[in-house]
Amino acid sequence: MNPASAMQSSPAPTAPDTSRPILQLTDIWQRFGGLVANAEVTFDVPRGQILGLIGPNGAGKSTLFGIIAGARAPVQGQVVFEGRDVTRLDAPARCTLGIARTYQVPRSFDSMSVLDNVMVGSFSRHTRAAAAREAALEVLDFTGLIGRAAASAGDLTPPEKRRLEVARALATEPRLLLLDEVMTGLTPSEARKGVELIRRIRDRGITVIMVEHVMEIVMPLVDRAIVLNLGRVLSQGAPHDVVRDPAVVAAYLGDRHRAA
Amino acid sequence: MTDAAIAVPAGRVPAAGALQAHAAQRRRQLVVAAIALALMAAVPLVVGDAYLRNILILTLMYAALAQAWNILGGYCGQISLGHALYFGAGAYTTSVLFVHFGVLPWFGMVAGALLAAVMALLLGWLCFRLKGHYFAIATLVIAEIGLLLVHNWDYVGAAMGIQWPLGPDSWATLQFARNKAPYFYFVLGLFALTWLITFWVEGSRWGYWWRAVKDNPEASESLGVTVFRSKMAAAALSASLTAVGGGFYAAFVAYIDPDSVMHFRFSLLMVLPVVLGGIGTLWGPLLGAVILIPLTEAIRSYMGGSGTGTDLIVYGALVMGVAVLKPEGLIGLFSGWRRKAGAA
Repeated sequence: MNPASAMQSSPAPTAPDTSRPILQLTDIWQRFGGLVANAEVTFDVPRGQILGLIGPNGAGKSTLFGIIAGARAPVQGQVVFEGRDVTRLDAPARCTLGIARTYQVPRSFDSMSVLDNVMVGSFSRHTRAAAAREAALEVLDFTGLIGRAAASAGDLTPPEKRRLEVARALATEPRLLLLDEVMTGLTPSEARKGVELIRRIRDRGITVIMVEHVMEIVMPLVDRAIVLNLGRVLSQGAPHDVVRDPAVVAAYLGDRHRAA
Repeated sequence: MTDAAIAVPAGRVPAAGALQAHAAQRRRQLVVAAIALALMAAVPLVVGDAYLRNILILTLMYAALAQAWNILGGYCGQISLGHALYFGAGAYTTSVLFVHFGVLPWFGMVAGALLAAVMALLLGWLCFRLKGHYFAIATLVIAEIGLLLVHNWDYVGAAMGIQWPLGPDSWATLQFARNKAPYFYFVLGLFALTWLITFWVEGSRWGYWWRAVKDNPEASESLGVTVFRSKMAAAALSASLTAVGGGFYAAFVAYIDPDSVMHFRFSLLMVLPVVLGGIGTLWGPLLGAVILIPLTEAIRSYMGGSGTGTDLIVYGALVMGVAVLKPEGLIGLFSGWRRKAGAA
């Protein structure tokens, strides 16, 4: 790779300020017609952590992901990424700044190979195809998909598709990665590999926000948990504190868990 | 790192191998193309009959046009049913500049290509807000409006069209009255150009982004693909190559009128070879044109003037057959055969 394209491909011109939160959400509201999907959502995400975003179905988790990643602007509120207001930036611009996401229902490019899928992501940092291919192969190696590089994305098993979602997002070289239910539907051994992968992602210095239903997986993995209910932040803190919060137990976990 | 290590015992070696294998495969494709083009260049040595040469010229022209359409429709997934507009833009620009101003058709084609690119950007700015069928319908309607406007535009001859003046045979003016072989070599060159551009773009960032946009626009955006700009770039490139084809056609037939270059039929004849041969593939447009265009001419010569529309019935049947039996296009037959040969 020539020096010029290396300059061009570096994610941000200024060195990120590590002491401040990587992401700050302030009073986020989202409405669809009469339905309030998010209300008064305010929280900070410290750099380098794994944050769990939990809550029952319809709590507004995926909507909030869309707002952070730039798929849809909120009707009110502010999204600040690394000290910069990105509320009105579109998804490609936020990707360039260093935010990447996966989708709850995998959206692979099914007419393309696994390697080509990941290259679409790495092209956001590399102009030349050879450099993009090399970066994509490295990500496939990191995510354990290298053996499937030549396979058509449409032929992957559902767990492999979820892994491809993660690989593609990682190829954009994000500093904040949003994982939307990547563990859903995995067998226990696949889920263990998934947990290990997320830890390795965090060890690379990437901040992770994950939406997950499976509490047995989320709780040991995350550094901090935020519980959403009916679009609002119900509780936040260390995972073991959050699960003992009576409001959370009542709203989400149900009476069965009160004894625990 | 453990599971990755199990899958890849040799560490970094497979990645390097994959890079080399890819580069080798790209080189192989270029060699195959060079051989195919050389073989095609030898065809006029064998085929001397003027009628057959005429069919060869039209076949290669539609192969080039279909390849141009394929850039927008096949790779980027934006189905245009109005490419006759750009074909007409090229034909009229080249004709007007030559007949009224004495500008050689070579420059006329470049001017036509630029005009078509600007038109594609303007129309794309309007139409790329529409998705799927709505986009296709909009392109069809706009091309029909263009046809009507030219029909009533006196400066370009309105319904009467433009007659190219008779002159001596010359590469400068692209006029060859007796021996049509130079036209064959011109369209062969045009096809080679569109093929090379498609080949190059397919392996570049644009090519990847276009295929991503085709498969899933929303996921593309989340990966940094600027979807609207990608579509605009594909449309401009596709339209300008189509206009070069239009400029050639005007020089070839030396007389154009609105219906002879801007009729909906031309839009269809750019789409159908791609659908038949293989959408979003490098060789599909040529394969489709090689089947479709000689068939058109055969039907016409058997049915005569009374057979108007018969060719369209045959196209319909062919496309339906392909859609049911081989949705990825006839080029899929070759890859299946190659896979079997490789396995054996």
